[in-house]
Amino acid sequence: MSALNPSGSIRRRLVVQLALITALLSVAFFLAIRVVAERAATDTQDDILAASATSIAEAVYSDRGDVRLELPYYAISMLGTISEDRVFYRILVDGQTLTGYDDLPLPSGRPQGRDPVFVTAPYRDDNLRSVLVSRTLSVGDQARRVQVVVGQTRRGLAAISSKITTTAVGIGAAFFLVATALSVFAVQNAMSPLDRLAQSVARRGPNDLRPVTAATPAELVPLVGGLNSFMQRLKSALNRSEDLIAEAAHRVRTPLATVRTQAEVIYRQMERPENKKALREMIRAVDESSRSAGQLLDHAMVTFRSDQLETQQVAVSDLLHDVVDRLSPTAELKDIQVRLYVPDTPTYVHGDAILLQNAVRNVMDNAIKYSPPDTEITVRLHVDTMCRISFIDQGRGFGQADLAKLTKRFSRGSNVDDVVGSGLGPTIADDVARAHGGRLEISSNAKGSGACVTLVLPLS
Amino acid sequence: MRFLLVEDNVKLATALCNRFAMEGHVADHAATLGAADDSIRTVAYDMILLDIMLPDGDGRDFLRNHRAKNDPTPVIVLTARSEVSDRVGLLDLGADDYVTKPFDFSELEARIRAVMRRLGGSADNTKAFGDVVFDSTTGQLTVAGQTEQLRNREMRLLEVFFASPGQIFSKSHLMDRLFSFSDDVSENAIEVYVGRLRKKLEPSRTMIETVRGLGYRMVKLK
Repeated sequence: MSALNPSGSIRRRLVVQLALITALLSVAFFLAIRVVAERAATDTQDDILAASATSIAEAVYSDRGDVRLELPYYAISMLGTISEDRVFYRILVDGQTLTGYDDLPLPSGRPQGRDPVFVTAPYRDDNLRSVLVSRTLSVGDQARRVQVVVGQTRRGLAAISSKITTTAVGIGAAFFLVATALSVFAVQNAMSPLDRLAQSVARRGPNDLRPVTAATPAELVPLVGGLNSFMQRLKSALNRSEDLIAEAAHRVRTPLATVRTQAEVIYRQMERPENKKALREMIRAVDESSRSAGQLLDHAMVTFRSDQLETQQVAVSDLLHDVVDRLSPTAELKDIQVRLYVPDTPTYVHGDAILLQNAVRNVMDNAIKYSPPDTEITVRLHVDTMCRISFIDQGRGFGQADLAKLTKRFSRGSNVDDVVGSGLGPTIADDVARAHGGRLEISSNAKGSGACVTLVLPLS
Repeated sequence: MRFLLVEDNVKLATALCNRFAMEGHVADHAATLGAADDSIRTVAYDMILLDIMLPDGDGRDFLRNHRAKNDPTPVIVLTARSEVSDRVGLLDLGADDYVTKPFDFSELEARIRAVMRRLGGSADNTKAFGDVVFDSTTGQLTVAGQTEQLRNREMRLLEVFFASPGQIFSKSHLMDRLFSFSDDVSENAIEVYVGRLRKKLEPSRTMIETVRGLGYRMVKLK
């Protein structure tokens, strides 16, 4: 797991990017609303100003060589429909102010025919939007140029504009929030097949090497395909190693069996004690190597199987009966009595029957090996919150200092140099117990000499 | 007893057959399952010793067929496979027991004896000498009408004397019979077991006599 290189979350990246895009869109949206709204407001004002100025210009007339004006009331009042802003006007005839505010500036620029000219300029501490409308008035045979300037302050318009801005901000923000929420939802939705796939891979046990069959989005097909073929290869590699262990055992044991049997035959035919002694040493060496090889392979198999327990309900009493029956002939060779005590009610543990049997057999085997002749080994099944299988012998026991390290691989007691052994027996039993959530307890026999080894397993 | 040894490794098979001969048994060797079938058809064996990996098939198939034919001949499997992988399956297939190679011959003998005992033994294993009757399969000793169960080592020791009453057996020969190669015992250890047998034979007119400097022999009191 340490090799994992997490590089951020796709989900977060998607959400952040979508939110950024949404924010940009919101700002653009806001700006567009503002520009359009202000343009609309200005256009409206301009239209009314132009209408007002035109109607004033129309109201200029000639009267016996004089230029007169009858200011129409509605020309001014129509400007009130927009806002309560102040209105200024100035009427010029041939550049001379006829009436109105003298200092009202004329929009610069030449009016194109009758088209009004607009300008925004400061006037009397205020911002003024003004329009200039020109017409030619015939007075007698003279053509007089009439210019009408109408201006209006922009306070109302500013208020409208700020209201529009506020609204635009609100709409932009709402758009941002809704769009972001929708994008989070969409990302969630798009990611859900990925989550389901990840969960279905994470949920499987460490030994589950079946191919992943959860619904796979097209983009992940190469990844999941790679994973499946990897698991397939792993599975066949594991199967191969199981076969290899079995094959190795076969290859090692068969020649050793030949050597041992031939040595025994020769041993029986020998007379000289020194030759017999030498051959006995040889046979012991063969035993030692075959036992070590056997236990190493057993240990490999236990380690291998512990990684993929084939669990079932195991009746502990039956298992103990089997192992005791099986090892009794070996024990009897040394006149060792094996006594088995099991409760009447059946006890079950959830586990791998072959491994549990192997563990029990290893502990029993050790007890027989280290027990002197004419002794007893007591095997007792005791059930409290756990299932406890105790093996109590009357052998030499363990030296006090050794107890802790006996389950370590190849560690043997300090007082056993004269017995053939590899020290793997307790390790195998301990490994099996641990793989089942239990433990191996080793102590000296409470009553008198000997050892007490207890295999503690959780009840099912 | 007559054994059929089904084993493809010729060297191992030869050594084992020799070893059986030393104990006064007859062992026929079959190197293939086919040869084993032929032997079974012509000879009645007391027991079959079966290897698992054979050139012309799997010993487990042989075992299955053997059981399907209701042949009562007991089978002990000699396996070289890993203990963890297929031990359990062997007994399920109908083997009476199994031994993992390499094995101590006395271990194999003990298992043969245990299987024979479980199957009820046979009359041939009961031998009488004087007023003593001894069953070498069950280890029962009948002295003056009283039957007593001998312990394993006592039984194996008495078996040697019963095989050839009157013959002198050296201490070292008896030691070889009684103790395994891993037992580190002095020659005096044999005296303990001879002592026990003497005590059990006390009510009878049979005794184990010390022949100074040579060993022991079983004789009838005059």
